[in-house]
Amino acid sequence: MQIKAEQLYLGYDEENIVKNLSMTPPIGKISVILGANGCGKSTLLKSFARLLDARKGQITLDEKSLSSYKTKTLSTHIGLLPQNPVVPEGISVMDLVLRGRYPYQKMFSSLTKKDFDIVHQSLSMMNIEDLHDKNVDELSGGQRQRVWIALSLAQDTDILLLDEPTTYLDISYQIEILDSLMTINKKKNTTIVMVLHDINLAARYADYIYALKEGELIKEGKPEEIITSELMKEVYGLDCKVIEDPIAHSPFVIPKGQYHQ
Amino acid sequence: MDLHRRNYYKKKKKYLIVVMFLIMIIAALMYIGLSYGKTIYSFSHIYNVLFHGETEGAFVITTLRLPRVIIGLLAGICFGLAGNIFQKLLRNPLASPDMLGISTGASVAAVFAILILQLSGLIVSLIAIIFGMLISLLIVLLSYHHGYSNNRLILIGIGMRAMLSAMISWMLIRASEYNVGNALRWLSGSLNTVNMNDAFSLLIVTIIACVLIAIMNNGLSVMGLGEELPVSLGVNTKTLRISLVIVGLMLVAFATSITGPIASVSFLSGPIAGRILRNGKNNMAATACIGAILVLASDLIAQYGLSSRYPVGVVTGMLGAPYLLYLIFMMNKKGVQ
Amino acid sequence: MKQPKKLSTFFLLIVLLTLIMAVLSLMLGKVTVSFKSVIEAFDSSIVNNEVNIVRARMPRTIFALLAGCSLSVSGALMQSITRNPIADPSILGVNTGAALFVIMGMSFSQVGRISSLVLAFVGGLLTMVCVYLISSFGYGGMTPIKLALAGAAMSIALQSIVNALMLKDRLLMDRFRFWQVGSLSKASWQDIMTVLPVIIVSLIIAYLLSSSLDIMALGDEMATSLGINVSFIYVLSTIVGVLLCASITALAGPIGFVGLMIPHFVRLLCGNAMKKVLLFSSLLGSAVLLSSDIIGRLVGGSAEIEVGIIMALLGAPVFIMIVRKVKKYGFT
Repeated sequence: MQIKAEQLYLGYDEENIVKNLSMTPPIGKISVILGANGCGKSTLLKSFARLLDARKGQITLDEKSLSSYKTKTLSTHIGLLPQNPVVPEGISVMDLVLRGRYPYQKMFSSLTKKDFDIVHQSLSMMNIEDLHDKNVDELSGGQRQRVWIALSLAQDTDILLLDEPTTYLDISYQIEILDSLMTINKKKNTTIVMVLHDINLAARYADYIYALKEGELIKEGKPEEIITSELMKEVYGLDCKVIEDPIAHSPFVIPKGQYHQ
Repeated sequence: MDLHRRNYYKKKKKYLIVVMFLIMIIAALMYIGLSYGKTIYSFSHIYNVLFHGETEGAFVITTLRLPRVIIGLLAGICFGLAGNIFQKLLRNPLASPDMLGISTGASVAAVFAILILQLSGLIVSLIAIIFGMLISLLIVLLSYHHGYSNNRLILIGIGMRAMLSAMISWMLIRASEYNVGNALRWLSGSLNTVNMNDAFSLLIVTIIACVLIAIMNNGLSVMGLGEELPVSLGVNTKTLRISLVIVGLMLVAFATSITGPIASVSFLSGPIAGRILRNGKNNMAATACIGAILVLASDLIAQYGLSSRYPVGVVTGMLGAPYLLYLIFMMNKKGVQ
Repeated sequence: MKQPKKLSTFFLLIVLLTLIMAVLSLMLGKVTVSFKSVIEAFDSSIVNNEVNIVRARMPRTIFALLAGCSLSVSGALMQSITRNPIADPSILGVNTGAALFVIMGMSFSQVGRISSLVLAFVGGLLTMVCVYLISSFGYGGMTPIKLALAGAAMSIALQSIVNALMLKDRLLMDRFRFWQVGSLSKASWQDIMTVLPVIIVSLIIAYLLSSSLDIMALGDEMATSLGINVSFIYVLSTIVGVLLCASITALAGPIGFVGLMIPHFVRLLCGNAMKKVLLFSSLLGSAVLLSSDIIGRLVGGSAEIEVGIIMALLGAPVFIMIVRKVKKYGFT
């Protein structure tokens, strides 16, 4: 399913946070949104999940306006993992991931075999099958994040949106999570659009990058094409040198500072 | 996959067993409520009175004890469920209708009706319901300001409650000495002056509420995941929130209008059920049972277990303080975060 | 932050306002007295009807000044220690705790003024500690919301016990219900003299603590690394805050919202520096409480409307407005 933003304006109070933004994330690919703090990345992602209405312009899904979809239908097409989801106290991994099946549950009916199959698949794809009976609040940061992604997987959508899924995690967990997302993208051909704060990880894992500055899209393209020192200066105000990552062969940003030129 | 499914159904079975057990306790308490008193009646005697038109002791059993026991059951269910709805919706075990000015709204109206308008009976209940629901809806509406926030609802509820409490205290000063006792007794929550008509109307409300809760329970579970994730999972959060609040209000307002605000039941039932089951779920059925047990047991204690007859709310109220102390004690084990 | 010149003007305005209110408080009431009589009242040689009325109103006026000052400072202290902009003795359940201990005292024996004060203080302090502890429990530690809820929960629990005691004893119920709404009419010169030293000492200590409190606002760890004995300051501020509140509550009954509203407005106008907040809060608190009392006396006619209910009727809407408008403090 193709999601598209057309001349989008978004904001909470009087000001516009996102201005005149048009974006067509490629189907079945991993797109990453980059930008400095407060530039509107999260806001944009939320509008894709219809948590926020467009002030001007529109978002379409398969050419139909996002607002025309019924809420439950939309939730079978687009899933969002927000930045700080709440863990209910004392809930088991299994029960939490099962909640991802909500869009498919009819009133009063209990869970079907299909629900359990999909949950099982999600748990094994995220390598947390053996944790299914544990309490979520007892898990490590990396494990917990895998549970949340398993929940989004259980939602079984074509499009998966993630808002900073790796922030606050140790580096090994960050790699683990991004690898899992790549597996999901390869196995299920899910379109992934995520906000990442680490430029180099974004360059490594993204098929396509969108660079935002002060709410406007200033550059889009494949990492190897657009990650340049000029772009870093414009988006982050950072002086840097860009080389090729010796392992992944993607662009690698090396920051310059007062003492390291 | 079969492992997961078997596990899931095993847990469901465990839940049902616990609920069955709680129902048995309720049945036992109701039986004691019917048979114990100045005159003790046996099981067969009660059975004869209820179903075979036996006249001896009929007045005591059917007019005095039966309504008390039935309303105790229903009020406990109503208060327990209402408390659980708010605690799960606001994602905070300390939030309950008592604290959010909801019961207090009904109380102000009732005290006003009793002390100033010198009314009693059905009219007082009606006034309490209507005013209680109006105040509560006001609180909910006020908490929408550039969007909704749980915290705002809680704080506005607390502020409203403080104001309404002051008004109640003020009215108690103005009243004549004779009436103060009546008002105070109403404020404590009591099963003393209930009759079968009350029981019937409360039963209808309870059944409607239970059906609605059953429908909305899945959505409520998902709403426990924060403000954003539920929307992405297809929950219509605004509609669901308002519907749940209305159901909760309905339960509190109706129950309060009949028995007065029975303290602590809404606050304690959910957490107690949670502690027994430890599953991170809503546990609506279990909570309803716990609420009923609290009210029925406390009423028995209030009638026969203390130095003189007290309204049920006094006993339930006194459970609140030890629970808070228990929280402190448990916290020391876990360590302060 | 306002410039120093504006602040001094503001300061003079508030002082003036307080003085005017004080004078009005002596002049207005069931009988309106002339300004001349107010002046004459300070000359003990003059005795006439009007002057006597002024003299009779003095204790109430002085008490209103003291109460407004103490309650606001108490609120400011509590808000600073808990880092919670909505901390206030009534919201934290301190008032109900004080009430409970006083009524327990009343039900077991006759309580004199000093024992009332001690009971109120002990009750208030224990409640405050319990509320602190309860709200620290669970994920996230002591957040403003949890503090408010813990206070409300504690308040309700204690109120049930109070109700139980009242129901048991008819006489007690009758005596005590008058105590449940704060009123300035019950304090005599002797009462004021009893609490005055406590209040003055507490105010002085509060003022001396202000610079430490400013640093504590940066966080416990930050403050410790800057050399502050965090636990000591916590304990001392709590004791002083509760003392100030309990002294007034023991004599007047519970008056809520003053400690909440006044420091909030002062902070909006003068910034967060504790010295300024305490100074301006004490003055503004006195002025506001005096005005409320005057209104209560005028509007109520022969039966005054107690200051406790006026503050509740005014304070709650203001509080609600604050909660709606304020975006920070984690309210949204």
